[in-house]
Amino acid sequence: MTETSFAQFLPALPEIYLVGAICALLMFDVFFGLKKPTRTASVALLLLLGGAVATLISADFGHRQVLFSGMYIADDLATLLKLASFLFVAIALFYSGEFLGRRKLQQGEYYVLVFTALLGVLVLTSAGSLLMVYIGVELLSLSLYALVAFDRENGVAAEAAMKYFVLGAIASGIMLYGMSLLYGLSGTLSLAGLATAFSGPNSLGLILGLAFLVVAVAFKFGAVPFHMWVPDVYQGAPTSVSLLVASVPKIASFAVAYRLLAEGLGEVSGTWTQMLSVLAVLSLLFGNLIAIAQTNLRRMLAYSAISNVGFILLGFVTGTGDGYEAALYFTLVYVMVVLGTFGAILLASREGFEADEIADYKGLSSRDPSLAFMVAVLMFSTAGIPPFVGFWAKLRIIESLVNVGHLWLSIIAVVMSVIGAFYYLRIVWVMYFDPPGDLPRGQPRLALRFVLGLNAAAALGLGLFPDVLLNVCQTVLHRG
Amino acid sequence: MITLQHMMVISGLLFALSVAGIFINRRNVILLLMCIELLLLSANFNFVAFSRWLGNIDGQVFVFFILTVAAAESAIGLAILVVLFRKRRSIDVEDLATLKG
Repeated sequence: MTETSFAQFLPALPEIYLVGAICALLMFDVFFGLKKPTRTASVALLLLLGGAVATLISADFGHRQVLFSGMYIADDLATLLKLASFLFVAIALFYSGEFLGRRKLQQGEYYVLVFTALLGVLVLTSAGSLLMVYIGVELLSLSLYALVAFDRENGVAAEAAMKYFVLGAIASGIMLYGMSLLYGLSGTLSLAGLATAFSGPNSLGLILGLAFLVVAVAFKFGAVPFHMWVPDVYQGAPTSVSLLVASVPKIASFAVAYRLLAEGLGEVSGTWTQMLSVLAVLSLLFGNLIAIAQTNLRRMLAYSAISNVGFILLGFVTGTGDGYEAALYFTLVYVMVVLGTFGAILLASREGFEADEIADYKGLSSRDPSLAFMVAVLMFSTAGIPPFVGFWAKLRIIESLVNVGHLWLSIIAVVMSVIGAFYYLRIVWVMYFDPPGDLPRGQPRLALRFVLGLNAAAALGLGLFPDVLLNVCQTVLHRG
Repeated sequence: MITLQHMMVISGLLFALSVAGIFINRRNVILLLMCIELLLLSANFNFVAFSRWLGNIDGQVFVFFILTVAAAESAIGLAILVVLFRKRRSIDVEDLATLKG
């Protein structure tokens, strides 16, 4: 063994920093935050910015480092996903501050749980072995279960948490069973080892183990037919938690799918791409069709999430670097837009008015013109209407599908995005053409409104200059 | 002589039993939690069996992690159950039906 030095640990600085930050935040809350919870909120935001800085300091651009006997991978993809996670969690906490204060949920534990969930995401982005994948998934999921049930006075949230917990625990069990089969077949837990062990012809055991893993990945993504928890959690949890569940875990799911399937089991991609293509088509179909029937905005967004996950999976179905790149681009863009959408719900809500029914948005254009405009931009982007960024994300996925000859899948994807556009545009219709009735007027909350404006502007700006983010995605996946 | 096949059959049976328990059981959430534990144990069984068979210690190390996480998992599950019972006065699976659509 080589000598251990501190420099060896440097690439893992983001995780080490975050563990320290969790402890520091917990102590800060005990000593200074109990009387004024807003202090803890501000410190949490500062710590997240520090995390982004730590990620940049420790990054070694253009190089791939493998640490801790192959358990930990530090490469450009991990750096990008970690930076995005820190940024998106900070935005999510910023959006939810006012809401949490109003609902008396602004306690130190909330922020600590968000941080541990983020730690799970970071571990997953750098996972180099099956053990790391398992630990990351559990860190993320256990924190999210607790967050969904965080509002103890809310029976609906407890029900959502219970369903999420039971289904999530089954998914973890299935994932473990699949991992044990792969371990038995290959004799190694490291993903690099799996890649070399499975370069020969497929055995029955491998297909079985793969099927278990694909089911688990589909569960964490929320793809049909393993999507049952998604709508209940989005609707039942406090809005700030729905915002969190909807956003950053998608990055983690992308990381799991990429590290596990594309890197670890890339040699046998022919087997799992078939399974994923079925899941993707079902997700596109059911997600879009059921979303049309929803009256609750959060539930509608849940089905919209399911259909968008279908798109991300389609990127993986190609089994090529081009497709993974499109999936990465789609994931980042989707998470950014969904943050804005839930931020708009939080901005529209107030004491005794959750603003989560579609009918609550009637005539928003006359009650709160700037908010209505921002929601319209975000909806246009999710619907995939040019020049907004969502259009380019969908176009890249479809382009990568056509490049490898999956013509039917791309036709299904196009038809389903047209159907999907209907229910996004219905929101815009409700906001601009329905009479407002006696619904409340908008509140100023200028800081929140400003950041939300930036979010919507990003959806437009990245759409006008799509190459910016696309080039970044291309570079981190080494296609230059 | 107990071979790897015997071990695999037992772990497969445990797995099937727990999945059946989760989907057939329509009464009690606590039973669900027990079935989830069984599911994790079937994976543990596999890991230990393979680890012995391969003469590789990694699988047994993995089992320690699974046991630890399983403990944390049941703690959170029971905590959610307590919150649910305080609000609903029931832990029937069939009563978990406010959210649907």
